[in-house]
Amino acid sequence: MSPLNIKQGSTSHSAYDLRDPNGDVIEQHTLAVLVDNESGVLARVIGLFSGRGYNIDSLTVAEVDHEGKRSRITIVTRGTPQVIVQIKAQLGRIVPVHEVHDLTVEGPSVQRELALFKVAGKGDARIEALRLAEIFRANVVDSTLESFVFEMTGTPEKIDAFADLMRPLGLREIARTGVAALSRGA
Amino acid sequence: MAQVMTGAEMVVQAMKDQGVEVVFGYPGGAVLPIYDAIFQQNDIRHVMVRHEQGAVHMAEGYARSTGKPGVVLVTSGPGATNAVTGLTDALMDSIPLVVFTGQVPTFMIGTDGFQEADTVGITRPCTKHNWLVKDTEKLAETIHQAFHVATHGRPGPVLIDIPKDVQFATGAYMAPQKAKVSHYQPKLKGNIDAITQMVEMMETAERPVFYTGGGVINSGPAASQLLREFVEATGFPITSTLMGLGSYPASGDKWLGMLGMHGTYEANLCMHGCDLMLNIGARFDDRITGRIADFSPNSRKVHVDIDASSLNKVIRVDVPILGDVGHVLEDALRLWKARGRKVNKPALAKWWKQIAEWRAVNCLDYKSSDTVIKPQYALQRLEALTKGMDRYITTEVGQHQMWAAQFLGFEDPNRWMTSGGLGTMGYGLPASIGVQIAHPDALVINVAGEASWLMNMQEMGTAMQFRAPAKQFILNNERLGMVRQWQQLLHGERYSQSWSESLPDFVKLAEAFGCKGIKCSDPKDLDDAIMEMIRYDGPVIFDCLVEKHENCFPMIPSGKPHNEMLLGEADTAGAIGAKGAVLV
Repeated sequence: MSPLNIKQGSTSHSAYDLRDPNGDVIEQHTLAVLVDNESGVLARVIGLFSGRGYNIDSLTVAEVDHEGKRSRITIVTRGTPQVIVQIKAQLGRIVPVHEVHDLTVEGPSVQRELALFKVAGKGDARIEALRLAEIFRANVVDSTLESFVFEMTGTPEKIDAFADLMRPLGLREIARTGVAALSRGA
Repeated sequence: MAQVMTGAEMVVQAMKDQGVEVVFGYPGGAVLPIYDAIFQQNDIRHVMVRHEQGAVHMAEGYARSTGKPGVVLVTSGPGATNAVTGLTDALMDSIPLVVFTGQVPTFMIGTDGFQEADTVGITRPCTKHNWLVKDTEKLAETIHQAFHVATHGRPGPVLIDIPKDVQFATGAYMAPQKAKVSHYQPKLKGNIDAITQMVEMMETAERPVFYTGGGVINSGPAASQLLREFVEATGFPITSTLMGLGSYPASGDKWLGMLGMHGTYEANLCMHGCDLMLNIGARFDDRITGRIADFSPNSRKVHVDIDASSLNKVIRVDVPILGDVGHVLEDALRLWKARGRKVNKPALAKWWKQIAEWRAVNCLDYKSSDTVIKPQYALQRLEALTKGMDRYITTEVGQHQMWAAQFLGFEDPNRWMTSGGLGTMGYGLPASIGVQIAHPDALVINVAGEASWLMNMQEMGTAMQFRAPAKQFILNNERLGMVRQWQQLLHGERYSQSWSESLPDFVKLAEAFGCKGIKCSDPKDLDDAIMEMIRYDGPVIFDCLVEKHENCFPMIPSGKPHNEMLLGEADTAGAIGAKGAVLV
């Protein structure tokens, strides 16, 4: 019998490892997906992620071209490089998906998120909250004698940072839109 | 001026314009207007099934044996949910289907109406695409788009959900030529640089192997023709997945047999030992690869696939080529010829010498018997007695399916219909009826196990009503054979619930349906019985009582690489480790 017939229990290993040496590195990517604004399209995208076990860190969607009935879905996801490639290929084969852009690899991009913070407090805490809001260029969009609602736009990191500062000062609720992103330049 | 008609009439008109000849379906409240429109015409034949799952499998059999999309019409609610298994089956095996479902009227959607189900929601993950049409004006265009999507790119099932008021309302019919399909146009031509790279590799390869799959068959008969020409011209060995059998003839001298978990010794060792793997329209399924880390460790790999998400999904390849198999093979063959038809002849001769040694192992050998019919023997006799006939084979799922793949030879594409990806027991009987409807004069045989066959046996009524003389060749071991085999190898011979007591008398069952029943338990009577089955003008239920505890070999246990194959009972002790046990 041939030398290739290695019997059970052998410890033979492959001549080279088929896995990417960086295969276990988890990367975060921001994907922009242009879709037909038809019923069920968001369910298709989300169903793909849940059905195949991919992660969604954030997701935003809105119609961007009323005439052409196109929506833009911005997804922040994470996975190994191989999984990221799979996610893009899987998104690409959904019939109402027109374009899939990986803003993380296609050059520099701007990412912004809008957040609303409800902060309740009195005395020094209230004054400190207002002072920090000014530093972060957050706007007051609602005010009572015991509370503020701040509105802020920025990168997810900036919003995280502001939320951390507000927490001891009486942060009650946060609403975040998730990331909207565009590539830089023309 | 566009013709004005009802939504129901549009469905029928659009089918006609799409060249539909047969619809498999089952009526119900929410599709009555469409059934009324079908009643008033004679161009489209309707085959009334006994269960909606049967309708979808029939359409699959029809599609796979003709290359045309299969069409299904069922009602809302349970009609749609019963179709789900068939849809998933078609999605996994890339079979083009267009399924029409009725729906409650638009104004009742969301009210939990009678026979209401969220059909597009339920079928979203098991269709290539689906549509809920709420406006009669858009119905015709949607149907044309649906046929386009089902048959272009990687084929698959699509579904159109049509509320009853949309079927009654009138609108302007749109002809297929005017429907907008521009957006969904998958790429057919492969990247020429990548194809050149593939050809260069082929010129120098010492131990090449073609590993082909269902993509060759889906690409059409021309792709199979090109593949044959390429194989003959290069002299490379070729193996195929379960889905791809027939694209290269089993009688060809380059044929290694099927590969994978129950593939041949020579095919699997070729895969393990090759230095160039040419994957043409297959997808590195887990039944094929075994343990990923040890899969074909010393080869460079080329993968041709029309679906970008198949490339580098499971196995990292050196040359991925996105495109249609037929187009890529045509370019590759032309290029290879233009560059002087080079192959590494001395190395190939050595490779074939090695293959001859592997072949000599005679891995499909089994212990024969004079007293009981061995399932392998039954299939060998079936093969011998039907060879050269205009023959189509379908199967159910399990041991008999693997033996059929091992022991029946397929000379042409579209002659072999089996549930590969989903492994749907109950597929074969309805599929055989679908094939027979498409090829009324051909010999259609469903190679079945008794357990699988019982899952959709109600469709014998359909076979009788529509005069589909499909032969049901049941290898009856009174066991769930494959489950029993795994329990023996993996679960300490504790045969939990894998034994069917109280099986029906299949001959009487045949009589009850009005067809012919044949029972055979003696190997000496087998040939005559098979000939009786073939000659009978009508459906036959053939109860072939076989050895009850036969195992299917060769077998690569779960979690093992290709070169750790079990060839027979002697190899089975402790074959599957704890790690393999969690795999299916």
